Amino acid sequence: MACSSSTCNSSGCYKGYNEEERKPTTRAAVNGRNSHQNLCVKCKSNEPICCGIDRDDAKFCRDCFKTNIYGKFKQAVTYNAMITPSDKVLVAFSGGPSSRVVLQFVHEMQYRAQRNYDASKDKSLPVFGVGVAFVDESSIHSFSSQEIEKAIEDIRSIVSNLAPPSKELYVVPIENIFSSDGFDGKERLKKLLDAVSDDTGKEDLLIHLQLLLLQKVASENGYTRVVLGSCTSRIACHVISATVKGQGYSLSADIQYVDSRWEIPVVLPLRDCSAQELNTLCGLDGLKILELLNGPRSGINGLVSSFVKVLQEENPSRECTIVRTAGKLTPFHFNRIPEIHDSNVPLATRRRQKRHSLKPNGSLSSESFCPICNSPLDKSNLSSSLSSLGSHQNSDILAAACCSSCQFQILPKEPSLLEQFVSLLPQPLITKANHGDQGDFSLLREQIQDFLLSDGEDEN
Amino acid sequence: MENQLFKPGERIAIGASGGKDSTVLAYVLSELNRRHNYGLDLFLLSVDEGITGYRDDSLETVKRNELQYGLPLKIVSYKDLYGWTMDEIVKMIGLKNNCTFCGVFRRQALDRGAALLKVDKVATGHNADDIAETVLLNILRGDIARLSRCTSITTGEDGPIPRCKPFKYTYEKEIVMYAYFKKLDYFSTECIYSPNAYRGFAREFIKDLERIRPRAILDIIKSGENFRISTSTKMPEQGTCERCGYISSQKWCKACVLLEGLNRGLPKLGIGRSRGLNSDVKKDIKQGGGTESIESKQCGSLDF
Repeated sequence: MACSSSTCNSSGCYKGYNEEERKPTTRAAVNGRNSHQNLCVKCKSNEPICCGIDRDDAKFCRDCFKTNIYGKFKQAVTYNAMITPSDKVLVAFSGGPSSRVVLQFVHEMQYRAQRNYDASKDKSLPVFGVGVAFVDESSIHSFSSQEIEKAIEDIRSIVSNLAPPSKELYVVPIENIFSSDGFDGKERLKKLLDAVSDDTGKEDLLIHLQLLLLQKVASENGYTRVVLGSCTSRIACHVISATVKGQGYSLSADIQYVDSRWEIPVVLPLRDCSAQELNTLCGLDGLKILELLNGPRSGINGLVSSFVKVLQEENPSRECTIVRTAGKLTPFHFNRIPEIHDSNVPLATRRRQKRHSLKPNGSLSSESFCPICNSPLDKSNLSSSLSSLGSHQNSDILAAACCSSCQFQILPKEPSLLEQFVSLLPQPLITKANHGDQGDFSLLREQIQDFLLSDGEDEN
Repeated sequence: MENQLFKPGERIAIGASGGKDSTVLAYVLSELNRRHNYGLDLFLLSVDEGITGYRDDSLETVKRNELQYGLPLKIVSYKDLYGWTMDEIVKMIGLKNNCTFCGVFRRQALDRGAALLKVDKVATGHNADDIAETVLLNILRGDIARLSRCTSITTGEDGPIPRCKPFKYTYEKEIVMYAYFKKLDYFSTECIYSPNAYRGFAREFIKDLERIRPRAILDIIKSGENFRISTSTKMPEQGTCERCGYISSQKWCKACVLLEGLNRGLPKLGIGRSRGLNSDVKKDIKQGGGTESIESKQCGSLDF
């Protein structure tokens, strides 16, 4: 998914170098100017490039820089068991720099796995599958049809160039979240968004719907993981904006490497890479980026975005510190890949996953979640709203089950408007809300696994 | 009332700077005490940092408050306690880290003044905006330990004298309006050294935020209270300072370290990456320096 800061504010380049163009030619010129006495700190042989993580001069040369970033990606994937040979991963592609990079890296990983597979004698480890999903939001933004067609064309060519191994591309209009296609869906979506009066609430609701749609695409097509390109910068912005919206309790759920709240676990392999690095990488490698959807955001999200940008300019490691601080908050039990009990998956894979996956923190409790934003609810905050429930209207019950942030910024206050709003919500959301109280049995089962009588499964 | 801040018969020192927060606090507390018979013994406690053109004027305001509200006043000064005024300190170390010194010294000064008055609690005028800024600052600076403590309405309960912030849920705007409509006498100028403080970033952000969504300030505090912070997170061990006997997590308390630096002509001593005791924010003076936690990885240093 797109990063919040789309410009590289490299303070290492003092010569009026405008990063907004991100043209390779400009970068080459700068390379010449900046590579005076320093050598790459890693290989000590090549000239360093300007990527601006440190205020000081550049540290890495081009190759070591790329290796460094890919290394961070690979480590995130391995350590958190994000992608195993039996997985089919769906990469969410928005056109921005970070989703472009994550797509590229996932492809490179797949390519290497394919080569190993072809070269191996016993063909023991299969290659994981990769698909790409692009959420087409043209129905709610005012793009010209040429712009959107060109964008989709570009995306198709990007994906087709990333073969072999070939990848399926799903271009899904956002209104597909409602099972009906075409005009009906568009109208309904428009009405739904118009019912939200708060700008920030509108933006956030859209993000929730996007994720819901990705889940739908993934589960309908047999994918086992959804990969997002969220980078450090985006996560830093999320930390601040979640704090500002009163979501301090659920914050730690959204910023981990793995998020298994969803039916298809969502993983963030680029969590340790900054937007600047990713931008630089795109420029270096000539990775094409679509600027279509990276427009400025309004309301609180936009304010936080510019705030973090200002802080980052003042101190280039600020984003990193923010994410590190938030990383010290206790994650939830669903912030890791659930263990695989499928006997079809090779034992070696299961063993590796068990070894790598993080230990659960503390006791296992079944959380209840907000129907709209899926954030875990603090039980103490929830009880008051439920007890004051007078009527038994569906809309009231749903509203009471939502987190306070969604109640404030998304749900309409007036009862008749609220009812209308709830009626417009997409079916998957309602279904999830109704199943909400059942908790997470798979994880409970995991905990007592050793005590259950097996049905002839392999012993782990 | 909800938080059971005070008990009848307690002696409370109100940290009084002459600014709007402490003046309103003094007024409100003395009114409530009178009207509802809280049975509290209230005192005004003021700290003189020795900043000409600022503190000397605001102290006049506090002296007037003493007469207006009938609350006995005690003034403690940096000059008496440490032998240095802020003006002298700034002359020595410049404008970048002066807030660190002031903040650390003030904390001790308040505690010592409180001990001299033999009070049970110190109440300060920190309002919702202040606490929201502190939450944000602690996130920005990586201080998870402080983050877990800064939203408590009462802090330092296991220390010498607990400190509480009755205005924790009161917007700054509300305090200003109250002071205005009640025509309370207060001193409204900012500390002359404050423009350089890091807190300024957070402050500006919060002001912008308030324009879009006023309740966000209280939401920040709510988030801060709800952060899932493991209680097993390493908290600094509390001991006493070898030099002065004050509470400290290191061999010497931060104030002694800083003083040593001043006296020896080493202004940087105690500034930079080190752990210190200094936690709570001081009202009306924005704190620029402060200490950060040690964790270092690939990110650059937070230099001042």
